[in-house]
Amino acid sequence: MALAAESGLRLDLDIIDYLILVLYFATVLGVGFAARRAIKTSADFFLSGRSLPAWVTGLAFVSANLGALEILGMAANGAQYGLLTLHYYWIGAVPAMVFLGIVMMPFYYGSKVRSVPEFLKRRFNKPTHIFNALSFAVAQVLIAGVNLFALALILDALLGWQLWVSILVGAAIVLTYITVGGLSSAIYNEVLQFFVILAGLIPLTVIGLVKVGGIDGLFEKVRQSPLGDAALHTWSNTGSSADNPLGANWIGILFGLGFVLSFGYWTTNFAEVQRALSAKNMNAARRTPIIAAFPKLLIPGVTIIPGLIAAVTITGLGAKDGDLTYNNAIPLLMEDLLPNGVLGVAVTGLLASFMAGMAANVSGFNTVFTYDIWQAYIKKGRSDDYYLRIGRYATIGGVIIGIGTAFIASGYGNIMEYIQQLFSLFNAPLFATFIVGMFWKRMTPWAGFWSLLLGFLASLALYVAYLTDAITFNSALEQSFWGAGVAFVTAVVVAIAVTFFTPSKPEDELRGLVYGLGGTSNGTVVVSGDKVWWRNPVLLGTIAVVLAIALYIPVW
Amino acid sequence: MADNDQVDQKKLSAAAKLFDVRRVIGGLFVVYGVIVTILGLFDSQAEIDKAQGVRINLWMGLGMLALGLLFLLWLRLNPPQPPDPSDIDDTRPPAD
Repeated sequence: MALAAESGLRLDLDIIDYLILVLYFATVLGVGFAARRAIKTSADFFLSGRSLPAWVTGLAFVSANLGALEILGMAANGAQYGLLTLHYYWIGAVPAMVFLGIVMMPFYYGSKVRSVPEFLKRRFNKPTHIFNALSFAVAQVLIAGVNLFALALILDALLGWQLWVSILVGAAIVLTYITVGGLSSAIYNEVLQFFVILAGLIPLTVIGLVKVGGIDGLFEKVRQSPLGDAALHTWSNTGSSADNPLGANWIGILFGLGFVLSFGYWTTNFAEVQRALSAKNMNAARRTPIIAAFPKLLIPGVTIIPGLIAAVTITGLGAKDGDLTYNNAIPLLMEDLLPNGVLGVAVTGLLASFMAGMAANVSGFNTVFTYDIWQAYIKKGRSDDYYLRIGRYATIGGVIIGIGTAFIASGYGNIMEYIQQLFSLFNAPLFATFIVGMFWKRMTPWAGFWSLLLGFLASLALYVAYLTDAITFNSALEQSFWGAGVAFVTAVVVAIAVTFFTPSKPEDELRGLVYGLGGTSNGTVVVSGDKVWWRNPVLLGTIAVVLAIALYIPVW
Repeated sequence: MADNDQVDQKKLSAAAKLFDVRRVIGGLFVVYGVIVTILGLFDSQAEIDKAQGVRINLWMGLGMLALGLLFLLWLRLNPPQPPDPSDIDDTRPPAD
């Protein structure tokens, strides 16, 4: 069992494994070129012509979030915190996804905006729009770079590829398929990737469970491990933050993770929302995040469970650095358990999910750059062909900057953590601004701008104070709960306060953007879509939430 | 931006329907399924031992083959339709 420690974390791929890998990337590029024939307009390129069925956009929605960083990170959390990690999947995702589908999507899709910043422009004003468009664009390319760097690290560890080779090859593949195929290509690959990553994780979980004697055997072993019984419960030890491995109490989990962090991420992150905007009609758009909620409920079975298996079977897991860090839980199990063949599928799934994560960032970036920066402020009123071309240039530019970030990140170990943390700062105030603006028609344009800016500065200030040790927290996690909470409250208070001193927008300009103002001039906001029950977003959403609660019961 | 939106709407080419993601997934998984199943038939004892006695290549190969065939069957039973204008919700006025 300690083999991994001695031989280093190097997977022994044979020719068949490489064949599986090569077949995948040939397919990915083929999809890009096939999609190219279908692209005639900029809307095709950026929004897939608003023509995709709900199951495709739904799987792409969950896949855009199922990047390899997420998979490896959640397995690591599973190994470190046990079943408490389930909160990230259930309370920390499902309610927000359902809320996005039922409550917010009518405004997003119904107003026919092409991006989240564009919604802000119409609800508030141009300064709000510029601030959000620029911060989003910068965040996306930097995060794309972080993804790329993480991909290179894993290729280096598993296959022994040089960092720079991996960075360039990964970037070239993503660049090619997005530049030629646009969002369609990114979305199709996300759907494909979803199945491939599952085909890699399922055998890992099955064999792992056989090894530890099934779920019962696993739980028994966890009880006897240093993690102990506390790691096998989700809520019962959260009365105080000292009693559970996560170091958080139920208030922090419920409001910090379950409300502010989760709603901020899922409902305003354009890289996610864009998937729903490409759906073929309102009903499909509303079902997109809700369909995504169902796989989200079950994915912990193939991430947290392997994490726990790794925690009890791999001796020495949890080292500060080297091969035995928590982040390597899944690669270590792959090395330990998978024979050639399924090993190739698993490696392919892992690489595919890196590319999907990066593609989501890049396709979010090129849309916002083209529509919200270039078309809105730099070159207005050109032909659609012109913006389609700009979109392709933006993709190339975004990937090149991403490569630059990846190389910078490779020089400074911790920088990528900082970057990710920094940009998570944008989400909480953005959600506050959105939610107040959507439900309170009096909220003024300048209130939008100041609540966004001051909310962001508030959480930035707290983060800097944390980095410089001016304020201490039990864990980085606790800091992120507090940061999100402070940003949220600041943004709401500022939104209300500024509204009393600045003029509102006329109601006519807010139709379709604000709750309670009816829809647009020619109908209601909620298009009564397909009538059958299994296409009813509210019913499906309710089922998802009920399932999330029910799933908690056996692991209370 | 009103002008552009209208142009977009007219030229909506429904990119997704010209080639179908079900064919892509189905095709890739059938190929993967065949490769991994054949591999699984000839797995050595060492490989089976590594997988804790589970003939994982055989099972996963058959599983992937079945998934791939299901997607192709779905495509056959419910082929992509040409874009249907009523399917695309066009009732909203364009932006701005």
